Amino acid sequence: MQYPVELFRPIAEKTVQTEMVRPSITYWQDAWRRLKKNPVAMVSLVFIVLLILVAVFGPYFSPYTYSDQDFDRRNQGPSSEHWFGTDALGRDQMVRVMHGARISLAVGFVAAVTTFFIGVIYGGISGYLGGRVDNVMMRIVDILYSIPFLLWVIMLMVLFRELFPATGGGAGLYSIFLALGLVFWLPMARIVRGQILTLKEQEFALAAQTIGAPQWKILFRHLIPNAMGPIIVTATLSIPEAIFTEAFLSFIGLGVSAPRASWGMLSSDALTSLRSFPHLLLFPALAICLTLLAFNFLGDGLRDALDPRMRK
Amino acid sequence: MVMLFGIPLPLTAEVPATMLAYMVKRLFSAVFAVWVVITVTFIFMHAIPGGPFQTEKAIPPAIKANIEARYKLDQPLHIQYVDYLSHVVRGDLGPSFKYRGQTVNGIIAERFPVSFQLGLLTFVIAIVAGVGAGIIAALYQGRLPDYATMFFSTIGISVPSFILGTLLMYFLAFKWGLLPAAMWGTPRHMIMPAIALAGLPTAFIARLTRSSMLDVLNQDYMRTALAKGLPRWRIIWVHAVKNAIIPVITYSGPLLAYVLTGSFIVENIFAIPGLGKHFVTSIYNRDYTVILGLTIFYSIILIGLNMMVDFAYTLVDPRIKLLGGKE
Repeated sequence: MQYPVELFRPIAEKTVQTEMVRPSITYWQDAWRRLKKNPVAMVSLVFIVLLILVAVFGPYFSPYTYSDQDFDRRNQGPSSEHWFGTDALGRDQMVRVMHGARISLAVGFVAAVTTFFIGVIYGGISGYLGGRVDNVMMRIVDILYSIPFLLWVIMLMVLFRELFPATGGGAGLYSIFLALGLVFWLPMARIVRGQILTLKEQEFALAAQTIGAPQWKILFRHLIPNAMGPIIVTATLSIPEAIFTEAFLSFIGLGVSAPRASWGMLSSDALTSLRSFPHLLLFPALAICLTLLAFNFLGDGLRDALDPRMRK
Repeated sequence: MVMLFGIPLPLTAEVPATMLAYMVKRLFSAVFAVWVVITVTFIFMHAIPGGPFQTEKAIPPAIKANIEARYKLDQPLHIQYVDYLSHVVRGDLGPSFKYRGQTVNGIIAERFPVSFQLGLLTFVIAIVAGVGAGIIAALYQGRLPDYATMFFSTIGISVPSFILGTLLMYFLAFKWGLLPAAMWGTPRHMIMPAIALAGLPTAFIARLTRSSMLDVLNQDYMRTALAKGLPRWRIIWVHAVKNAIIPVITYSGPLLAYVLTGSFIVENIFAIPGLGKHFVTSIYNRDYTVILGLTIFYSIILIGLNMMVDFAYTLVDPRIKLLGGKE
């Protein structure tokens, strides 16, 4: 049998594309597009990126280190040599604020990551299994929630202070990481559980189940990716909370140990000589407030961008 | 869901079968939570090297003998634990680990009234100023009062109490000499600490009230009230505000927690002889039995007050009553 060659010619292109098709965009492209339209969130994002750059590279460009003391230049105001002035031991305040940024950002980052992993796994399992398991798991969260997390963090820090005595100033920081990691996942677990509870009733989860997908795969490959929006918002908003907590702990003497500098510690040091040398408070206070503001704005912006219910 | 720095606020309580069953269940879970807190802190204190429950420690022999007798350190662990629990149940939080003659109960009796005054004043300021600003912002939506409220509340939720307190102290006390910088006793001493502590929750409540007020103002029954010819002030203050402040009542639980932990800092900045300052001092001094006792005291207060807030919430919100078993 013979087929004429004409049958195998492609149809002219214009007959195929009769209707206009918008190029499809993914959820994340869509969210990014909406985030870009939010000037406040974008300014905050730029500020945070700059802050990270300054925290990482800033100290290398300074002629001083955070522990260099110069007793001839104590409590000086801002000058061309010391842009932010010097503290009571003649240490350069600018490099100390930059060092504080390192600590604050590290604390915030570690808190966000631990929040993410523990909270998502705990909340996901609780919500997905449901029933008695869910009841017990959430009761534990409720009880931990019943006293403020700061009180838990303080208790843990009191314990860690003796269990891991600070050697060379570093251990205090690891204790903070551990204490925050142990407490900060609670809100995340609640949110993820709530999301999974509704998602697991939807058709795509049922479809995955009918074709025999294993339980863990349904949870981690199908349900959790669909809850990513609220998860990212919660993780972002846990960063300012962690930065605030570190400042709080340093302020009451449970934070990083001297000569390291964190923003809370710098503010606390400035308090003792506030009447005579208020400039010592100015820069760490500004750094804390602007950073908290930026992360809160970014979190709000992300919520607006990632929440499909807001879509018009 | 309404959030404060990533903490979801439970603005929808679970619907109770009947009010009484709900209350009993809630009371039971509160007692259970207190028990967990006591047990966990007891374990913590045992785990501390050089802590009060280790037998080798460098403290005056009189106190050491006292502690050993009081906490039954010669007995096995489970007996120590049961004994400790029974003391707490009877309201005895134990002696100080560092200072002879001091007991946790004595410290609380002496210092808690000061913290209570500060906390109450903070609470009132935050609710009154926050709700007021939120209502005004909602009524003038999109106009200057709205923008001003949102601007200041946005700044407000990003300024920690220790920064606000120190700034207030520098300007109001040192620079302008308007208020005393520290100590406690007269109403003038209370102004700065209360404002420092109330700043953040006021800002948060203003935002909360504004959004909830806007929700309420857009509902049908507001239009009905307007169509009936009710005067505007009556619609706003009687019909709208009553429903708009329900989320604020729910927020009062987290607010209590915030006021309590905030007092640790603010009382230290302003040298207020309250319980929060003593708590921080005992952390510095490693006065473990006092830390333990005060943590339990704070937990009981908070868990108890939160329970009251939950009860108040179920009583106030008409939607919950409607769904309950009383129909």
